[in-house]
Amino acid sequence: MTAVTPPPETLRAPLVVEFPFTRSLGPVQSAFLTGLRERTVLGVRTGTGEVLVPPVEYDPATAAELRDLVEVGATGTVTTWAWNHEPRPGQPLATPFAWVLVRLDGADTALLHALDAPGPHAVRTGMRVRVRWADERAGAITDIACFEPHDSDPVAEPRPHDGLFADPVTGIVAPARLDYTYSPGGAQTRYLRALAERRTVGERCPSCSKVYVPPRGACPTCGVATTDQVEVGPRGTVTTYCIVNIKAKNLDIEVPYVYAHIALDGAGLALHGRIGGIPYDQVRMGLRVEPVWSDDGRYPDHYRPTGEPDADYDTYKELL
Amino acid sequence: MTPHRPDREVAIVAFAQSDHRRRTDDLSEVEMVMPVLHEVLRQTGLKTSDIGFTCSGSSDYLAGRAFSFTMALDGVGAWPPISESHVETDGAWALYEAWVKLLTGEADTALVYSYGKASPGSVRDVLTRQLDPYYLAPLWPDSVALAALQAQALLDAGATDEPALAAIAARSRQDAADNPHAQLPGARPQGEYLVQPLRTGDCPPIGDGAAAVILAAGDRARELCSRPAWIRGMDHRIEAHSLGVRDLTDSPSTRLAAERAGAFEAPVDTAELHAPFTSQEVVLRRALDLDESVRVNPSGGALAANPVMAAGLIRLGEAAARIHRGDSDRALAHATSGPCLQQNLVAVLEGEPHVR
Ligand SMILES: [Zn+2]
Repeated sequence: MTAVTPPPETLRAPLVVEFPFTRSLGPVQSAFLTGLRERTVLGVRTGTGEVLVPPVEYDPATAAELRDLVEVGATGTVTTWAWNHEPRPGQPLATPFAWVLVRLDGADTALLHALDAPGPHAVRTGMRVRVRWADERAGAITDIACFEPHDSDPVAEPRPHDGLFADPVTGIVAPARLDYTYSPGGAQTRYLRALAERRTVGERCPSCSKVYVPPRGACPTCGVATTDQVEVGPRGTVTTYCIVNIKAKNLDIEVPYVYAHIALDGAGLALHGRIGGIPYDQVRMGLRVEPVWSDDGRYPDHYRPTGEPDADYDTYKELL
Repeated sequence: MTPHRPDREVAIVAFAQSDHRRRTDDLSEVEMVMPVLHEVLRQTGLKTSDIGFTCSGSSDYLAGRAFSFTMALDGVGAWPPISESHVETDGAWALYEAWVKLLTGEADTALVYSYGKASPGSVRDVLTRQLDPYYLAPLWPDSVALAALQAQALLDAGATDEPALAAIAARSRQDAADNPHAQLPGARPQGEYLVQPLRTGDCPPIGDGAAAVILAAGDRARELCSRPAWIRGMDHRIEAHSLGVRDLTDSPSTRLAAERAGAFEAPVDTAELHAPFTSQEVVLRRALDLDESVRVNPSGGALAANPVMAAGLIRLGEAAARIHRGDSDRALAHATSGPCLQQNLVAVLEGEPHVR
């Protein structure tokens, strides 16, 4: 019998995902976004004469290709709205504002944007608004800084527009950042906590007895939880390897170096690790290795030869 | 329009879901999913190796990690290789794919599961990344804001009012008191405006959870379940991409999907509607022509537990479970995905008459 120990508190760490998507624009979106840069709002006319703003390349009803650009007004009417008490990062205004769908004069559909207004009492469906242009415009939806209340009579007719501008915008870069707090769950927490004590802990499948290291919590063969913890290593055998000749960005390891699969003694599968302490061209299958811990002692920085004779192929052939 | 009639009988024969919680830091995705998988297998007596086809639904954006579903696959016993597929959306669409697979005769049983861990990130911000990247995503309109625009359109149209929305919230959470898995069981204050006109009470909880069902065809279904929930029809449809093109007070895609699924051929007694916001229940009831005789969301619905990517599959599972138990004879299940009911799936489930 083993004593029941409380599960260790789960590890947590910040995780930031940032991506600048570079997107190309078709003829219609290019004209629309270039137009915004030039303080001109373009729509596109469908086969039935409807004017879609913002414009799209294909009719949402018939899928027919749309290329007939028209210019609409920079004034319009709110078709629905929602008061945003607490603006979130990235939204058009940092002060409380209304989200609005605005049907611009001459358009038959509505554009989503923000409306700068003193409070929800100052906003209603049907109210008249106009575009407030951003001071610096680059050919993006954010060239409209927001809408603002504006009393004016609707202008009825859209005007034909060839969609041609000098120096058209052909693409956008859409940056995004999402912040997460990552927690690795039970099995990986147990693994990482043991590493901090310079121990490598795998987990055994109760059904097939295979020992997974690092453990992920489940046996992919049996589809059951691996809960039975087993200390493996510290020594192991190189089952296969490759020689890395190209330096990765932000990595201060001299090339060439060897990256290997290492079957720790007692483990049911090999894990990944770098081999050091031996010239790269002398690393071989069957080489016996042991971990060299990082300076802060929280994980094996690399593995080095133990000096033992090489392992016999039959002892690790199932782990390749 | 004539509903499509499947040639092969396929039924939901088992359903399980996790206890939905605000956070599950102590569990990785596979650790969260596994008990649910084991539960549906236990209900049917099947082993993982007996399953003909496996399909899952989830989204990498929730966890902030690429190909996160491959880790969860460890929980289904994916080695030796299995016949498997994944949809990057709600698991209801994974169920649709599995249904088609069974209809073609390529498999007799299917395991469908889905999960969402919204707790690591800010789900309102995360969901902005599914929007049009040219016109919408750069403005970061969050999921509550978009739902609020739809709610205001309904108020303006006179289709509902704030007390009616509050009543939907209250009814849902009261019903959830009987649901041991619900995240928000029992009465809650309607709260302040989150994005006006939606109050906290009009919005779904944010949480982590998972669900699984097993599908089986023909006699196999009868062997595995004493009262299978036969899928009489299922269809899914999408609205025009741009929000400003749509009439936000209506859901023609839901109506069309329901028509194609045969929902209007005979009355249903139960409807599990995937309406994360109270105002969306108003839209769906109108689109589906549901009157007061239909029991809507006896589980408490998405207002009581809304694990993103699993909440739609749970609607199908809850509807099926009511048929399994004999509480329903003909049920409608609906799932949605995207802003303001962008995409909608409708299934019609029936139980055979039997002596209880
Ligand atoms: Zn196993």
